[in-house]
Amino acid sequence: MDCMPVRHTLVIPSATRYLTKVRKFISTHALNANLSDEAISELRLAVDEACSNVIEHAYQGKPNEKIHLTMTIETTRIIVQIRDRGFAFNENTYQKPNLIKLSRNRKSGGFGVDIIRRLMDQVEYHTNGEINEIKLIKRIRSHWD
Amino acid sequence: MSNFSVAFRDSGMTTILTIRGELDAHTAPELESAIKMCRNEGKTHLIVNGHELEYISSAGLGVFMAFIEEIRSLNGDIKICELKPKIFDVFDLLGFPKIYHIVETEEEAISLFEQGIQPI
Repeated sequence: MDCMPVRHTLVIPSATRYLTKVRKFISTHALNANLSDEAISELRLAVDEACSNVIEHAYQGKPNEKIHLTMTIETTRIIVQIRDRGFAFNENTYQKPNLIKLSRNRKSGGFGVDIIRRLMDQVEYHTNGEINEIKLIKRIRSHWD
Repeated sequence: MSNFSVAFRDSGMTTILTIRGELDAHTAPELESAIKMCRNEGKTHLIVNGHELEYISSAGLGVFMAFIEEIRSLNGDIKICELKPKIFDVFDLLGFPKIYHIVETEEEAISLFEQGIQPI
């Protein structure tokens, strides 16, 4: 029997010192959703990466903007939506980072999106007016999957 | 208060940086400063011991990326050791073991420096 989805929300200022709070929010609620330890770690990292990208790229380091997180727990999946009002991420111009090239060029960034895509079952980007949203979906796998 | 710290220790020609806590976009600049300080003091045989590292995100990985070529151009290297499996998995996810020595013990890392063995 399917249960009603459970929804949790968190709003943080756009500053990196709040990332700890984001990770705690994800871990606490994912624990109640029958997610494995490994899946919780993956979801926590993906959401951290998404919020870090919003802070650095969407808000370009401005610390007093808002990031809205919604975590919806359904029977078979967890959905995390992260919304901001900054510059939108252009999925079409994104290039997967090359580790060797980056190290040769002494570049430190560019892995966040790659990590998110590797760890999540589905990733969607939407922009509606001023609001950008990244939607991360992680399936809750049963022991038989 | 930061939930991350770096402690320094010298062992012969090698400097060991023991990193503790959570390495994310907020705390990565602390590791960056630590590696810069070593480089400025001419210390380029660096071992990062992660046995007390509880979390890493791409911002933390980025610090290793930003310095590796420069440190190697100075005939040094950054070797990484004693990572917990969940932390190693994040390094492994992006293919770091292909270009970094990531070993189980500090002794192994020191031995690689003594033998002058560099990763590919």
